Amino acid sequence: MKQITLDGIAHSYSGKASSDSAYALKPLHYVWEHGKAYALLGPSGCGKTTLLNIISGLVIPSEGRLLFDQTDVTHLATEQRNIAQVFQFPVIYDTMTVAENLAFPLKNRRLSKPVINKRVAEIAEMLDLTRDLNRRARGLTADAKQKISLGRGLVRADVSAVLFDEPLTVIDPVLKWELRSKLKAVHRALDLLMIYVTHDQIEALTFADRVIVMNEGRAVQIGTPAELFECPEHTFVGYFIGSPGMNLLPATVTGRHAVVDGNEIQLAAAYPDLPPNRRVQIGVRPDYASLTRSVGLPVQIRRIADLGRKRLAHVTLGRYPMVATIPQDMSDIGEQAKVTFDASHTHVYLDDVRVRGVAA
Amino acid sequence: MTFVLDHIGLSTGDMPVITDVSLTLEKGTMNILLGPTLSGKTTLMRLMAGLDEPTVGRIVSDGVDLTGVSVRRRSVAMVYQQFVNYPSLSVYENIASPLRVAGVPRAEVDARVREAARFLRLEELLQRLPGELSGGQQQRTAIARALVKRAELVLLDEPLANLDYKLREELREELPKVFAQSGAILVYATTEPMEALLLGGVTITLHEGRVTQVGPTALVYRRPDNIETARTFSDPPLNELAIEKRGGLVTLDNGRQLPAAGALSRLPDGVYRIGFRSDAVAIGETQSSGLVFPGKVAVTEISGSESFVHVDVGLGIWVCLVTGVHDWQPGATVDVRIDATRVFAFDTGGKLVAVPHIAMTA
Amino acid sequence: MTDKPINNRAWFFVLPVLGFVLFSSIIPAMTVVNYSIQDTMGANNFFWNGDAWFRDLLNPSTEIGARFNDALFRTLAFSFTCLAIEVPLGIAMALCLPRKGWAIGIALVVMALPLLIPFNVVGTIWQIFTRQDIGLFGAALTGLGLHYNVTQDAISAWITIVVIDVWHWTPLVILLSYAGLRAIPDAFYQAARIDGASRWAIFFNIELPKLQKVLVIAVLLRFMQTFMIYTEPVVVTGGGPGSATTFLSIDLVKIALGQVDLGNAAAMSLVYYLITLTVCWVFYTIMTQIERRRDA
Repeated sequence: MKQITLDGIAHSYSGKASSDSAYALKPLHYVWEHGKAYALLGPSGCGKTTLLNIISGLVIPSEGRLLFDQTDVTHLATEQRNIAQVFQFPVIYDTMTVAENLAFPLKNRRLSKPVINKRVAEIAEMLDLTRDLNRRARGLTADAKQKISLGRGLVRADVSAVLFDEPLTVIDPVLKWELRSKLKAVHRALDLLMIYVTHDQIEALTFADRVIVMNEGRAVQIGTPAELFECPEHTFVGYFIGSPGMNLLPATVTGRHAVVDGNEIQLAAAYPDLPPNRRVQIGVRPDYASLTRSVGLPVQIRRIADLGRKRLAHVTLGRYPMVATIPQDMSDIGEQAKVTFDASHTHVYLDDVRVRGVAA
Repeated sequence: MTFVLDHIGLSTGDMPVITDVSLTLEKGTMNILLGPTLSGKTTLMRLMAGLDEPTVGRIVSDGVDLTGVSVRRRSVAMVYQQFVNYPSLSVYENIASPLRVAGVPRAEVDARVREAARFLRLEELLQRLPGELSGGQQQRTAIARALVKRAELVLLDEPLANLDYKLREELREELPKVFAQSGAILVYATTEPMEALLLGGVTITLHEGRVTQVGPTALVYRRPDNIETARTFSDPPLNELAIEKRGGLVTLDNGRQLPAAGALSRLPDGVYRIGFRSDAVAIGETQSSGLVFPGKVAVTEISGSESFVHVDVGLGIWVCLVTGVHDWQPGATVDVRIDATRVFAFDTGGKLVAVPHIAMTA
Repeated sequence: MTDKPINNRAWFFVLPVLGFVLFSSIIPAMTVVNYSIQDTMGANNFFWNGDAWFRDLLNPSTEIGARFNDALFRTLAFSFTCLAIEVPLGIAMALCLPRKGWAIGIALVVMALPLLIPFNVVGTIWQIFTRQDIGLFGAALTGLGLHYNVTQDAISAWITIVVIDVWHWTPLVILLSYAGLRAIPDAFYQAARIDGASRWAIFFNIELPKLQKVLVIAVLLRFMQTFMIYTEPVVVTGGGPGSATTFLSIDLVKIALGQVDLGNAAAMSLVYYLITLTVCWVFYTIMTQIERRRDA
């Protein structure tokens, strides 16, 4: 399969949607390419699981068509779709050993024993499960069980897409790192289309080639992790990605300057006159706002958070709270300091949507 | 009010679950229990609450021995991971329930419920049922119910684990403020080192039912007393290296020898395990001096402004944090240079023997 | 567990029940024990008999021993037959019930109706039902040309008693199985579909293992009840024809009250009780083993 196409896919759980708000998933057009890794990122209720279930066939969309290459599969049953799905909690067959679990999908398709054994050995090797092949699946740890769930999906040679529904939810933080790099290694080795649903931005950004940020049933921005980080098109993306999220400060913008509560900030581009009575904000990530002793805008320090490998200062610029990064070598910070903004990473938002300036 | 656990132990049958835990928790402090799943965090909290009785040891609160006292007679409130609320009662009634049980007069109940609702931004939702609320709102109801009780000890067992990433961030900011006024002792259990760092306070690291270290969070992070604490309190996981030091030389498992630099030079001769965090390394195509290890990139993970590069150096796979977006391809050869001033050395028993010099900044 | 309320005043609430049980069960039971180790010629003359009654009972070559053996064998055969039909049938019917929707409530209530009927009424219903002249069932079978006579034909009697028990108690197995099935998360079914598993494979690999605990309870309850069955056979067949449907409990009553052979009856009571208790214990051990293996 070369691609999956979403052609006006939309879904409303109550059948025909009467109004915009009745949609669990608003109309969406997108083409997923073979071999790439995608993440659907968003808060609970944003529609990402609904979208995943439409692709896997567990939900039939109320509008639109789903195409695998040129074939319309909108109403095709799940078992005929050549996809595999890994769920939030490990789904394994209790009574079987690891090897039998991995062999199960192949047995159902009536493949011959030698073929099955060879394939099971390959996948077990790839997922570091070879040692446990003859153990009862029931007695293993959560991360091993998730690997088995994944293995069952990969063992079928006809699988062209693997869908993940928040698979690392029950895994310990230390093991999450192993499992994530294992997923990436598998992705590269097998060259599959992978779609990963999560509300955790670290998982989404580290895993995916392209991230689709969703909110309230809508795809807000689609881009590479770098694009979403450096240049959020929507304040929601700025807020949702990055920990902490982007600082959003109400401002008035004229030409190359923005004024936040009396403080003037230089911008990297010239902006046209923005219509009055609309919400204008400038956004800058804490990573690009640095605390200094003497250069920049005066701020009051409310609190310092020590995160081990970096420190953040929660400050107020005029009336507005924001977060800035403290340089490694800065110590003895009192209650007052200054903050500088990296102009190339300071964006202007009109009614939550980014405004393009003209770089002179 | 001081809450003291005195050599507490709990065994089920002949299997020890909690071993020799002694803690002193001060009034108005945030105490974080940090450890992986099944390290004993929940069991320890249940002992503090009085839901289980310890096999050995005493629990003393302000001088009063509470060891056999049932939970109903202790001043304790608990918030669980699974948004526990009475499903048939409205939010108002949920929050009011501990007060009604205690027989508080109606006018006071109303005042206290509204105050708690205000703290947790639930005023609009007081008449709804828990089933109609989002996860975050349900958890805030559970927290309000714990707040309104004005308990002296508030136990929170991974309360944010079932919430969205962003919601977790927001609630994490709010929690300490919500309880600050009450002066209660807060005990917060979590598996994530980052949460401990963000919450501050005092961190108690647990490993297999034992306390491995207690201290101010930043201090425990920067100076783990033993290798278990270092492992628990590192995210990404701690990178490790086994060495043997003789004279000015350090020998690795694969026979290679390096000059002993930085903190290593001050070590007495012997066998050690070196631990260093992902940000204590630098990666480049070629590095000149110091503790340099050639390796192959296994996988690169990019998260916004930082990259995590997993490098196979033959002695293990190390996770290296690099600022900026770098996209080393798997299989690329790189050199990993460890900053010798930022490594921890642990002896064969797991105890810390050499620690990097840290400037404790305000 | 220290999180249950510890309130010693609660014991006072138990006293009346304790007294009642003492007088209605324990003290009379002592009488039975008394009778089982003594012999009486009536009018309160008791002679020590030791374990003679028991030895006779358990020796198949004596008259009483043979009778006990036959009745025991019959009862066990009855239990296993009923179990073999009710458990699979119950599971099968539970599988047919929808998982969601308004029809569930109605279906469950209608199915549970037989469970509510008092045992002797069940017996009377079927007694009339199986009559060849005015009973729907009896008349229909006879009309089809089948030889069916509950009071005279042993096979008809047996089949009828089994059918009565199945009709009466399968709904219990259905309810227990349905509850067990509903507890299985959807994700398992979804994963199985994606794995291409057939309906049979889903049943065998997902549903049956997850129903283990429920099934142990269902089998235990059904075994106990069929092993102790009394009212229905008595009302419908009177234990006949001959002794074809004379189960242990019925035989016991005949010996104790009919023949007033108190020594033998008392010994038989106690042995009967011990068998029941042993089976219970075996099932309990199985259930806790399953729990322990699951947690391991």
